[in-house]
Amino acid sequence: MRVTKQQALQLYEKMCTIRAFEELVKKEYLAGNLPGFVHLYIGEEAVASGICAALEDEDLIESTHRGHGHCIAKGADLNRMMAEIYGKATGLCRGKGGSMHIADFSVGMLGANGVVGGGYNLAAGAALANKMILKNTKVSVVFFGDGASNRGTFHEAANVSSAWKLPVIFVNENNGWASTTPYRTTTAVENISDYAAAYHMPARIVHGNNVFEVYRAAVEAVERARRGEGPTFIEAKTFRVEGHFVKDPELYRTREYIEEERSKQDPFSEFHRIVLQENEEVEEVITKEELDAVRQKCEERVLQAQKFALESPGPKPEEYLEDVYA
Amino acid sequence: MREITFGQGTLEAMREEMEADPTVFVMGEDLARQGGIFGQFTGLADSFPGRVIDTPISETFLAGGGVGAALAGARPVVDLHYADFCSVCMDEIFNQMAKARYMSGGQAKIPLVLRAPDGLITQGAAQHSQSVEAWFVHVPGLKVVAPSNAEDAKAVLKAAIRDDNPVLYFEHKNLFRQTFEVPDPEDEIPYEIGKAKVRRTGTDLTIVSYSKTMLTVKQAAEKLAEEGISAEVIDLITLSPWDKETVLQSVKKTGRLIIAHEAVKQGGFGGEIAATVAEEGFSYLKAPISRIAAPFVPVPFAPELEDQVRVHVEDIVKKAKELIKKNG
Repeated sequence: MRVTKQQALQLYEKMCTIRAFEELVKKEYLAGNLPGFVHLYIGEEAVASGICAALEDEDLIESTHRGHGHCIAKGADLNRMMAEIYGKATGLCRGKGGSMHIADFSVGMLGANGVVGGGYNLAAGAALANKMILKNTKVSVVFFGDGASNRGTFHEAANVSSAWKLPVIFVNENNGWASTTPYRTTTAVENISDYAAAYHMPARIVHGNNVFEVYRAAVEAVERARRGEGPTFIEAKTFRVEGHFVKDPELYRTREYIEEERSKQDPFSEFHRIVLQENEEVEEVITKEELDAVRQKCEERVLQAQKFALESPGPKPEEYLEDVYA
Repeated sequence: MREITFGQGTLEAMREEMEADPTVFVMGEDLARQGGIFGQFTGLADSFPGRVIDTPISETFLAGGGVGAALAGARPVVDLHYADFCSVCMDEIFNQMAKARYMSGGQAKIPLVLRAPDGLITQGAAQHSQSVEAWFVHVPGLKVVAPSNAEDAKAVLKAAIRDDNPVLYFEHKNLFRQTFEVPDPEDEIPYEIGKAKVRRTGTDLTIVSYSKTMLTVKQAAEKLAEEGISAEVIDLITLSPWDKETVLQSVKKTGRLIIAHEAVKQGGFGGEIAATVAEEGFSYLKAPISRIAAPFVPVPFAPELEDQVRVHVEDIVKKAKELIKKNG
């Protein structure tokens, strides 16, 4: 299945927007201009971009504490997203959520989650309601890391999703690191997707830095879910380039290791390698100039978002009491 | 008037709300085939096929899945077998259910009812007998209710299902099969969450309670009346947000306050009521506030041991007389 040139450029645009967004957030955080703490998605852009490209607006995603990429890929308003991270009144969550709880319900982004492994059951419950009660064909996606795969909540959600053939896609972003711990030192399996077999759930391991491969797996999983055949497990092997959070001293790994992995596992190099010549993924060859133009546009777009955020007012202190109850 | 059990009250509420709104459904263990472990869902699955869902023993799915279903636009009722098992899905209640709305700046709406049978019944011992409501009144974003009779069981559950917020519905296991006089359907009055009811008016002291302990309080008030002591009895019904105005008004009149509940006294909800009255109604008090509740032990098994943690009519009568004598 080849994608059109336009589709390929859209995938690239998502990836570039995420990268530019994260680079700016990192810079601003290091400069002391952002409150709270942030977890960057740098290096993992192809996963969210590939998965969300296979979804419709009304499909739902449950994200993680490392959620900016998912939010952008699902189509959240970039201005309001940036404003939320700055803690502004115009933020998606009116300054009440911040980076770790960012959500845009208007595009089916149900929220980042400050609790690792907190999203599985929410995704399964949404899928249950959509399929069995509301009788529609919406699909739920839950993103989770290799670290989160060790939560017991995975078992409960995976079991019901498969038992009732719920339209859920379990997307494991295996970036190799559970916070500061190499996942292989704490996890029984090399491939997290091995767990899927226990639930009679089809599983696919994909090259998580190849956005086309991720996209193809997602399309297949979405079709299967909409046909009522149940959940799919996608394990996307990728690499967390940054520390667990910005300002992480990273005492647990060396600069050399990071540079070496990064040189081997970069979604942008991978994209360029594929599309700049005749290939199996895209119908037409794309030129370097076309890619540069997309990247530049994304960087400008992110700067506009920052401008919007900086010019936005902070929330009025008295608003802290609002939104507790409906 | 007619007579129904507390359990029938909850079942009528479920039927009526499921009929009125096709997005209302219920999930939990042993509901569809068994009709619930206390019979409180008997026949519901036949009337609403596909909307009474037997789940695996997976409490994090029950609570978390309920949140997800609510986010998707349904109105889930989740049955938790025993309130003791709230601990198994505490993250889903405490971090997801309670906070989704606030963290999303009001985007999320969680119209969810978590039904949690609690309290002492036939020697369930330490893990099947607890009253854990105090854990949840501490959490902004949740509403907490605990009705004490069949009329309220029905009206409060209907209100909880219609509420757009997560409501923890604590139903005392020992009430399910008890029969109460209730109004005929055409005379039923909708319940407004947050309102207490004055069950008996009086002048000498105020007794505040909720859930099954209300029945004990009612008997105590009758005994006190026989001895010439006039007790005003308040049934809180909702613990969060609780009706402090009604309590303060009553204490203003009587000057004495006893709070009775089955939950452990230390850190129990009675402490919140006592503190509020001390803060906002200190000048009304003619005697120290008194709490009658369970001692600081897990619930024991053997009947003669279990009986030690129960609130008895005599405990309340004795304390009431003491307060009046000392400060009469």
